[in-house]
Amino acid sequence: MGSQTLFEKIWNQHVVREEPDGTTLLYIDRQLVHEVTSPQAFEGLRLAGRSPRRPLAALAVPDHNVPTTDRSQGISDPMSAVQISTLENNCAEFGIPYYGMQDIRQGIVHVIGPEQGFTLPGMTIVCGDSHTSTHGAFGALAFGIGTSEVEHVLATQCLVQKRPQTMEIRVEGTLPDYCSPKDVILAIIGRIGIGGGIGQVVEYTGAIIRSFSMEGRMTLCNMSIEAGARAGLVSPDEKTVEYVKGRPLSPQGETFEQARKAWLDLSTDSGARYDNLVELQGEDISPQVTWGTNPGMVTDVNGTVPNPADIEDEKVRSATQRALDYMGLQPSIPVCDIQIDRVFIGSCTNSRIEDLRVAAKYVQGKRVSGKVKAMVVPGSGLVKQQAEEEGLDRIFREAGFEWREPGCSMCLAMNADVLTPGERCASTSNRNFEGRQGKGGRTHLVSPAMAAAAAVEGHFVDIRSWNV
Amino acid sequence: MQAFTTLTGTVAPLNRGDVDTDQIIPKQYLKTIHRTGLKEGLFADWRSRPDGSLDPDFFSNQSRYRDATILLTGENFGCGSSREHAPWALLDYGIRCILAPSFADIFYNNCFQNGILPVVLTVQEIQTLFDRVRSQNIYQVTVNLVQQAVLVSEGERYTFDVDPFRKDCMLKGLDGIALTLQHEAAISAYESHRAHQDPWLFHDQRR
Ligand code: SF4
Repeated sequence: MGSQTLFEKIWNQHVVREEPDGTTLLYIDRQLVHEVTSPQAFEGLRLAGRSPRRPLAALAVPDHNVPTTDRSQGISDPMSAVQISTLENNCAEFGIPYYGMQDIRQGIVHVIGPEQGFTLPGMTIVCGDSHTSTHGAFGALAFGIGTSEVEHVLATQCLVQKRPQTMEIRVEGTLPDYCSPKDVILAIIGRIGIGGGIGQVVEYTGAIIRSFSMEGRMTLCNMSIEAGARAGLVSPDEKTVEYVKGRPLSPQGETFEQARKAWLDLSTDSGARYDNLVELQGEDISPQVTWGTNPGMVTDVNGTVPNPADIEDEKVRSATQRALDYMGLQPSIPVCDIQIDRVFIGSCTNSRIEDLRVAAKYVQGKRVSGKVKAMVVPGSGLVKQQAEEEGLDRIFREAGFEWREPGCSMCLAMNADVLTPGERCASTSNRNFEGRQGKGGRTHLVSPAMAAAAAVEGHFVDIRSWNV
Repeated sequence: MQAFTTLTGTVAPLNRGDVDTDQIIPKQYLKTIHRTGLKEGLFADWRSRPDGSLDPDFFSNQSRYRDATILLTGENFGCGSSREHAPWALLDYGIRCILAPSFADIFYNNCFQNGILPVVLTVQEIQTLFDRVRSQNIYQVTVNLVQQAVLVSEGERYTFDVDPFRKDCMLKGLDGIALTLQHEAAISAYESHRAHQDPWLFHDQRR
């Protein structure tokens, strides 16, 4: 077979059949399901008289619409309530495992998959959600699909695909103190642009990636889609195996040992080739802050907001001007002068235990600025429980943060957690599109540490020199 | 799915790059459990100005584009979320074809699932079309999928690429799931081979 990349190995293991023109029927091992992108898929199955091929190869959870405040009263928004009960009923009808709102295992799909051992190395994993790329952190080929394909996978456990291109993004050297995986991925998107990964599966390699924990790798792979990539991957290693071991849905005993060997064999062979290469040096990376209305509009914390007058390309200039108008920012002002109203720590990018630990460290013994409203939304019930065992909830509460129930929350503001027009938010989520966190709301994407420090000061600060 | 062979229609302009699916259909419209009725939400936040009044410059507020079936737009159209509500909303408005210099992957794929033809043209061709739309009250083109060409004026055509499998499905309006199910034997054979080799992938099939 010659030398193969991680992607090629996974792909080749999942080809059911291939047409001469390369059209491939690809086997899908697992599907995650949430309430927003699935109702029409189940309806389609019913209309065609079909049923899921492997109901236990799916796992469903409500996350986008769930309230993050007291849930004992149910959901007040009638449409959200219908969407969630529809998911519950569909799962009951078709025999798909479902973690309801009162279940401790409930949380954001991309947090609970790995947490439960549903996500395993070498798998193909899909979900009607673009941030399915998160699961690539385990060396699984994971990508987002639309609702028609959700139905397709339920019915057939397969998808029709063309082999994408591959891109290696290598990050070597050492990462400066105070920089996190979030800063690395934002710096990557800043470099290659939000369309830079179109049509490609990215594999992240290099010393810095290897040094990341599984949580860090998930943060990194999560935002692959923000560079337009089909998927992001990190080779499985001992850290991966350790993380997966003993989880409720991961293999046990002898089968685990067999799986372990297969997983460690997945890494890219030396001499294997990618279609494209991007290289970054860790030492060049600083804490990042987005200033605009897409994740590629990003700069260093000690940088300034761009000035459209300095931009030659007419298209880039007008897009920049539009973004500054929407964001209510003057050209050329220092990022650290940007005053904020809200802080959101959460989302499938940065709501895992490690993220909460880091943020808590920055707010311990401090107070959230009087003009800032700040909240922490853990990624799952189990993350919340763990954080409470470690006393993190107390640290956040004492500092003036709200401590909420798990879900997507203000990452996309489908529930009651919404910015009001003009409000400015430091957010650990992944999208700063217009209106993403509420119509007219202004989002700046940052790491958990940067968000925590901004909550205390009421504006962005360079955490490398922040001394209080 | 509705078949697509050839389409002559009015071109509506949306001259912006990187249009994300959060703009095509904002989240407040995602709470539905149906595929239809989504045109209400199409570009909802761009259609109206901050004071709530309609923006007369936005294409969908102009009567001349009420019957538009072709959308002309900028690069990386449909980036962001995988929500199929985006093509559903466009379809509900009447759009059957989108012309752009590039598309985001998931959105591009979702279009084919719904009988909307996404056509990639060169940056120069797209620019020329924007110029023509601007200079004419109503500008129409014909998109011919069989010939893989957009007829932009008498005797002038832009050709485009499309994957042969997708083209065939679009031309015939085929049900993708039914096509895959024709390979049931191959899928079953794959499963039993894989379950033997990597049993942990088949935790649902105790043997
Ligand atoms: S947290 Fe945000 S990005 Fe992640 S799945 Fe939920 S809505 Fe999507």
